[in-house]
Amino acid sequence: MPRKKIELFPHKVVRLTNVVSEVFTLSMERKFDFVPGQVVALAINNEHDPRLYSIASGTGEDVLTILFDIIDGGFLTPQLVQLKPGDEVYISEPFGKFIPGDEDMWWLATGTGIAPFISMVKSGIKLPEKLIHGSRTLDHFLFQELFHDKLGEKYLRFCTAEESPEVYSGRMTEWLKEQSGLPKEIKYYLCGNPNMVVEVRDLILSKGVDFNNIMAEIYF
Amino acid sequence: MMVKEVLFGKTLEELKQVAKDLGFPGFVAKQLADWLYKKKVTGIDEMLNISKKNRDILKEKYDLGLSAYNKVQESIDGTKKYLFKTISDQYIEAAYIPSENRNTLCVSSQVGCKMGCLFCMTGKQGFQKNLSAGEILNQMVSIDENDKLTNLVYMGMGEPMDNLDEVLKSLEIITSEWGFAWSPRRINVSTIGVVPAMRRFIEESECHLAISMHSPLNDQRKELMPIENVYPIEDVIQTLREYDFGRQRRISFEYIMFEGVNDSKEHALEIAKLINGLHSRVNLIKFHPIPNSPLKGSSNEVMERFKNVLENKGIITTIRKSRGEDIYAACGLLSTKKLVENKSNKDY
Repeated sequence: MPRKKIELFPHKVVRLTNVVSEVFTLSMERKFDFVPGQVVALAINNEHDPRLYSIASGTGEDVLTILFDIIDGGFLTPQLVQLKPGDEVYISEPFGKFIPGDEDMWWLATGTGIAPFISMVKSGIKLPEKLIHGSRTLDHFLFQELFHDKLGEKYLRFCTAEESPEVYSGRMTEWLKEQSGLPKEIKYYLCGNPNMVVEVRDLILSKGVDFNNIMAEIYF
Repeated sequence: MMVKEVLFGKTLEELKQVAKDLGFPGFVAKQLADWLYKKKVTGIDEMLNISKKNRDILKEKYDLGLSAYNKVQESIDGTKKYLFKTISDQYIEAAYIPSENRNTLCVSSQVGCKMGCLFCMTGKQGFQKNLSAGEILNQMVSIDENDKLTNLVYMGMGEPMDNLDEVLKSLEIITSEWGFAWSPRRINVSTIGVVPAMRRFIEESECHLAISMHSPLNDQRKELMPIENVYPIEDVIQTLREYDFGRQRRISFEYIMFEGVNDSKEHALEIAKLINGLHSRVNLIKFHPIPNSPLKGSSNEVMERFKNVLENKGIITTIRKSRGEDIYAACGLLSTKKLVENKSNKDY
């Protein structure tokens, strides 16, 4: 019996943009509707197993964009950076349920885990009370102009390896620990590497936030 | 120093390639498999039907790759927890669970885990690496009771479907005639429901499959298990419905019971609706509280009531006996967090 895979459809590459050092955006022609927060499965051809990527473009754009960093020794991402406009990649219909409602929210992300929040802001959904973004270096606060513009003081950046007057020095977990009280009646949306998600979730749980109010998306 | 490749954990096809690369006759591959998986040698020099010259050539490039356990703890109920150091100096645990009619080993498939389930200790140490097939099998052959094992479950540290290539390789070695020659019906592999990998597992393996459900409700399962955002439980079950598992291959749903969270009659009825008509069973598991967890385990009475609701709907339901709780070897408690060095390059 042939293996049934996720159905993938050919899409033409529109552009590949180097955001910073090893981080890129890949924009493809858009064939499907989506809801901000959803993912697509993407493969370089229809034979290899796809990987999942959060959509990082807005619902009003005519391209569908993902954000990725080159994984050392990875199979797919070193090939993605070789793509040129007009090349074909294979992607699934958008799916996934990391989708905020109209409640008050905090968003927390590291690295390319910021992708769904880019899509949410660009799509004009309700903005969060805070967006907390962690990065090792100052140049990896991806799409910071967009967030700064839309969120102003509600956009908090935490840099663990470099300093700047505009960002907090140190880890977001340290800052969270120092907060005397976290809002209890809002939803917390966490997206990024599993270590961050687990550590931040444990921390905000210890501060009295109910687990019913914590939504996590993990990049695996 | 040159790092040698490891022989243990290679499939027959891979051993054929080893033999070819070294200029050995083709039949040496079968001999190697025999020594590795049937005679269970502890050194290349014990492979006596391979010429001394060829053994020396083999030793230049390869190690056997077996490693003894570092530590073992025994529970008052006879369960034993083994700690192993992997080839890359990380730690994993395996739990040996003896009972009246079977002796089960619960093996790890990854160091740490990426899935971040709210109720699991392993996720709290983060993800370090995938285990190789050899490292998975080493847990089986290097415990004191290796000759007494009757059953194997991939329910230790890690999500097996997130390391499927190596998991499938290990299963091929365990179930092949040239390997350990176990029946696949003695092996149960668990998953939280990574749908594409689960499909591949169903199609490429004959082993039993256990799905970690823990809630039939989307919104609640999302809070307990982030994977629900991507692969909702109804998609997992819909996928299972597409296959004919026959009468011998077992599909089970694991359900840890959390007090006041997922233990109501409504939950049981929802499970019955969700898996209606699917040839499967449900295992109810008592939750062992973990540090800083907001969750508590349901009482025995509530678990019995829940079981009765499911059984009245025609679903075979068991309450899994808790084992090894005093040595943290029970379900969801395996973790080597205290042995994991803090990484200084965090981005949060």
